[in-house]
Amino acid sequence: MNLLTSWLFDPANWSGSTGVPARLVEHLWYTALALVIAVVIGFPLGAMVGHTKRGGFVLVGAANVLRALPTVGVLTLVVLLAGIGLIPPIAALTLLAIPPIMAGAYAGIGAVEPVVVDAARGVGMTEREILFQVEIPNAMPLIFGGVRSAALQVVATATIAAYVGLGGFGRYVFDGLALHDYPQMAGGAILVAVLAVLVELVLTGVQRLVVSPGLRPVRTSGGIQR
Amino acid sequence: MIEFQAVTKRFDDGTVAVDELNLTVDPGRITVFVGPSGCGKTTSLRMINRMIDATSGAILVDGKDVRQSDPPLLRRGIGYVIQQAGLFPHRTVLDNVATVPVLAGWSRAKARKRAAELLETVGLPATMAGRYPAQLSGGQQQRVGVARALAVDPPVLLMDEPFSAVDPVVREDLQNELLRLQGELDKTIVFVTHDIDEAIKLGDKVAVFRTGGILAQYDKPSELLARPADDFVSNFVGRDRGYRALGFLTASGLTVGEIASVQLGDTAGDARRKLSDGWIVVVDERRHPCGWLSADRLSGVDENATVDADLVMSGGSLYDTEHGSLRSALDSALSSPSAHGVAVNGGGELVGSITADEVLRALAAARTSGEVPQ
Repeated sequence: MNLLTSWLFDPANWSGSTGVPARLVEHLWYTALALVIAVVIGFPLGAMVGHTKRGGFVLVGAANVLRALPTVGVLTLVVLLAGIGLIPPIAALTLLAIPPIMAGAYAGIGAVEPVVVDAARGVGMTEREILFQVEIPNAMPLIFGGVRSAALQVVATATIAAYVGLGGFGRYVFDGLALHDYPQMAGGAILVAVLAVLVELVLTGVQRLVVSPGLRPVRTSGGIQR
Repeated sequence: MIEFQAVTKRFDDGTVAVDELNLTVDPGRITVFVGPSGCGKTTSLRMINRMIDATSGAILVDGKDVRQSDPPLLRRGIGYVIQQAGLFPHRTVLDNVATVPVLAGWSRAKARKRAAELLETVGLPATMAGRYPAQLSGGQQQRVGVARALAVDPPVLLMDEPFSAVDPVVREDLQNELLRLQGELDKTIVFVTHDIDEAIKLGDKVAVFRTGGILAQYDKPSELLARPADDFVSNFVGRDRGYRALGFLTASGLTVGEIASVQLGDTAGDARRKLSDGWIVVVDERRHPCGWLSADRLSGVDENATVDADLVMSGGSLYDTEHGSLRSALDSALSSPSAHGVAVNGGGELVGSITADEVLRALAAARTSGEVPQ
């Protein structure tokens, strides 16, 4: 037990530029950066394919190829191409986050009932209005599912930033490994796990705010009304 | 007014959905497109608001070719109601109805005020405004669908099998409601259905399509029943078209006969003494019929026992002497356990009896006078 927690609960490790708060900020920064870039790339692609119903085959294939890439391999490759710095880990994390975000958008928008889209078009919405006012709001549960899944993977995998000399909680893991300081390694691992759970909780809360109550399962005293 | 001029729709795979359609929809009337599946009725409807574009020919709305209008703008000016309503699940009932005004640039507050008025128009309580579509029944959803279509008061309403996904009782309610609304609004309505009964009930004019997108007959419902243009139409309108045609004949020439009646609360003895041909109608204190008693039913019942709801046998359909047709008169006679149809006035009070023979006599008289075309 001491092995696991002695480092974690030592106040000396909770301050300064190598302390937990500073590493937390770094870790969240890598995560947020990778997620934002992945959303900017993956969401429009998924949404476009979901809306037009064209290119689904190509999109699913591309997502599978991306999923098959080993993250550490990508990291090493980008380091060789671009050198040490922020770019390699962010590139690797972004490639990791794109498939679930793209698939969530594609599946969510593709699954909006055709009769609803037909009605939207029939009452005079432009294609753009159909996408933004009807398809995206109705696809929100699946879109958000994709973002949550991507966020979890990125939080957990952002430890690799330390592998190429950057910060984040991964620093503790790799430094601990190099110094045979197992309590420090364990502390780093626990911090990553706890952060992943917290991120999940926060995103679940945000999802409740952005998903319309009309899309929640209906519960009434008389059972589900139809 | 909507005019189809030699409109043809050929899909990419070569199937012809609509073949050289020429048809003029009368303004302020309900025109029903009816036919079996694959007859092009829905395609024809959807070409009006350019959900589908015609391959050749022209469709004019108020004299203007629809192809000259930008589709979204064209559609905002034409109400659109579809099967299962197609409400937006993520929006409240009120915001669903406010959709088109908001698209047209109204302020949200003004659009919602208009939406609230429309909920009342289509017979939904104001408490529904904040609910979501999943919380409504199918019939309620369809009312919201109609309200949404009426939001910017478009002169034309397109309705694509709007009532086919609800149960028969609710469907009849919605049909009656549509007729009531149309009485107030005078919209030009194009209504698609595969149900000939619905077509005949709702249509001022009915266009019967046959497979391959060919217009078989376009006429008033009574003409369709009386003079089907060919075997296809006569088969489609059904074997009992003669019976249904009675629905278009007023029963003004009918003579309503005497009928024996007894009131709930009277004694079994009274009822027995007043039996006529072994039957008597039971009415409540407002003289509304509630059923029949027969000699059989009364046998063995004590003289002084009161006539109550448990003793009464349920009756058949009622014939309303002020609004009823020959069809409803005949049905009342056929469905009555005593073979005497029960006739009531517009207020539902018992006025007399009607027999099937009397209906046939009135029909024969109408034939002689030329009211029935044959």
